[in-house]
Amino acid sequence: MSDITYQSQPPLDYLHDGSTLRSWLFTTDHKRIAVLFALSITFFFFIGAVAISVVRLELLTPAGDLVSDDTYNKMFTIHGIVMVWFFLIPSIPATFGNFLLPLMIGAKDLAFPRMNLLSWYLYIGGAAFTLLTLILGGVDTGWTFYTPYSTMFSNTSVLTAAMGVFVVGFSSVLTGVNFIATTHMLRAPGMTWFRLPLFVWAMYATSMVMVLATPVLAMTLLLIVAERWFDLPIFDASRGGDPLLFQHLFWFYSHPAVYIMILPAMGVASEIIACFARRRLFGYSFMVYCLVAIAVIGFFVWGHHMFVSGQSPYANVVFSFLSFMVAVPSAIKVFNWTATLYRGSITFDAPMLYAFGFMGLFTIGGLTGLFLATVPIDIHVTDTYFVVAHFHYIMVGASVTAFFGALHFWWPKITGKLYPELWARAAAIIMFIGFNLTFFPQFVMGYLGMPRRYHIYPPEFQIYHVLSTSGAAVLGVAYFMPLFYLIWSFRHGARAGANPWHAKGLEWQTPSPPPHENFIIPPVIEQPYDYHPKDIVTMKAP
Amino acid sequence: MSDAFLRKPFESLERQHMAVSFGMWVFLVSEILLFAGLFAGYSIYRGLYPHGFLAAGRETDIVYGTVNTAILMTSSLTIAVAGRAARADFGRMAWRLLVVTFVLGLSFLILKGFEYREDIGKHLLPGPDFPLAQPGAQIFFSYYWIMTGVHAVHVTCGLIALLRLIAISRKNFAWLSGSASEDATALYWHLVDIIWIVLYPLLYLVGRSHG
Repeated sequence: MSDITYQSQPPLDYLHDGSTLRSWLFTTDHKRIAVLFALSITFFFFIGAVAISVVRLELLTPAGDLVSDDTYNKMFTIHGIVMVWFFLIPSIPATFGNFLLPLMIGAKDLAFPRMNLLSWYLYIGGAAFTLLTLILGGVDTGWTFYTPYSTMFSNTSVLTAAMGVFVVGFSSVLTGVNFIATTHMLRAPGMTWFRLPLFVWAMYATSMVMVLATPVLAMTLLLIVAERWFDLPIFDASRGGDPLLFQHLFWFYSHPAVYIMILPAMGVASEIIACFARRRLFGYSFMVYCLVAIAVIGFFVWGHHMFVSGQSPYANVVFSFLSFMVAVPSAIKVFNWTATLYRGSITFDAPMLYAFGFMGLFTIGGLTGLFLATVPIDIHVTDTYFVVAHFHYIMVGASVTAFFGALHFWWPKITGKLYPELWARAAAIIMFIGFNLTFFPQFVMGYLGMPRRYHIYPPEFQIYHVLSTSGAAVLGVAYFMPLFYLIWSFRHGARAGANPWHAKGLEWQTPSPPPHENFIIPPVIEQPYDYHPKDIVTMKAP
Repeated sequence: MSDAFLRKPFESLERQHMAVSFGMWVFLVSEILLFAGLFAGYSIYRGLYPHGFLAAGRETDIVYGTVNTAILMTSSLTIAVAGRAARADFGRMAWRLLVVTFVLGLSFLILKGFEYREDIGKHLLPGPDFPLAQPGAQIFFSYYWIMTGVHAVHVTCGLIALLRLIAISRKNFAWLSGSASEDATALYWHLVDIIWIVLYPLLYLVGRSHG
């Protein structure tokens, strides 16, 4: 359907507005920068995936027969570093956030377009350090860079790895600043705060976390560099330093970082669920408050990563309580998505399948988070596969699934083409099955005592590792499928039209793909998620 | 005139100015959190090693520290007046004040360099020759070097931003009143100043009240 008419020749869409490499590398168009980010993070996603494939293959047998323990340590470390900072943190914000935020609020671009481009170049700079780390033989500290190992004992490329993360952090901060300023300053007339789509609210809350937490990580990494390179005593216990301080500083960022990953996913799920249930989102204002509440409370729970580190038991109790507090707004969100489905006319297109996957996996990941927030249980399962399974349910099960949901939902808008629905549904289902097969056995073996980060293990855990590795293979297939059929659809897919889903939201009021400055005709601003306007629908319960 | 300053996503210059200042404020919050990591560590170690910190605090050079504080605060004054002057269309005066600010900032860095040289001469870089034996004294100096070092990087960034303003407006004083760059640079420069005002007592005045 094409409900937009032109008085004259329509302007070129952003994909065709300039075709040289230069027009991409020096673009200030938020949509093109989003595409640049999307290509870069896809590249890193595969680096991270290859690293973890080696790990999973090694774990097929109890003996360490595929790679040495040093290589094993480097593999899980590079998997963690790449997936956290070069895929998950920028995944939804830098791609879909970049693309959609101005469209959703009716703006021509982000507030600071050149700074937006700078954030991509900073990402590339950080990426260069990370690739250099790989060339120099990798790093084996784990993605957490715990001292004193990282500062005094590891003989691998800690400095380049830390510098990579340090530089990419600035990319995050600038994106956050840009999003906050854009949301404040460039909303179209009539787009009031409580008419913003929840995706925009999610980006806003995420940006708050990026701006406030990332600099603390940056400083923590500088302190590592200072101690390792300049030999300044900071965390070294033999010279009076306190290694626990490192953990506090690190988790002050790295716990909120989980919210940088999950809040955007929540925003995506809200958009998709409302559209495919054809319902106004249940409890819109509570959804907003919950996003902000999660972002704020998320800053005060970092100590739950340190229950067994020797921190004061009183601190443990407080951090445990606060961690339970975060569950409240998270649960409200899950209930509200469910309530949105109630009496909706639901269709099971691929984005909706991903959204369902997100809801289920997020719930499991969230509830097992409560197990871990309970101090006595945490003492039992700390540093076991139970923890690994828990955070993968959140970071992969919820966040990556939502990323794929967003990719399918907005693919017609971004490329102007429809993807093959049958293939997409198949991929969504295979991904869900593969994911659970990979990570559910890890809950069981973790509970039974299988520690994380070991490449040799007692034979009684082998059955779980075999299940997990075969699940990873299935998951790998599911991740590759979209790569093929989406590229196919970009070249051969049917034209999408401005609004193939009949969705609400300003991004659907402009042609697909959108032109350079986004809107040809100023968009009409309505109540958010107005899928069943009051004066039209007068259905009664049967 | 004013249209020349209007950039892509904005439709009014006033809104654009607001956005630039607002964006800078948000960025400054981020900057404060950057230093907050250091302040937190400093506070914790000071709590752990009060005597080491007091003894080490007496070793920093109060003369350099104090002169530099005066220089930096004066530079904040000149850049603030430069902004007022630009808005009141005293373009030439605004430009000269920016140059004064730049010179003050640069002299801060130069003095800091001399101070570093003397510090190294007194073996105040933590290591085997470090003169103080009290526990925690070396950690104090770890923080001294990192805090002043990161601050000096910020001063350098501020100087580059100032140089940019000075270069662009060299032939066109009116640019200073039309562009939002002056405001943004001034905000950043004030942050650099404020951070120093916190560093000064932490690094130079600690321990000296006991004589």
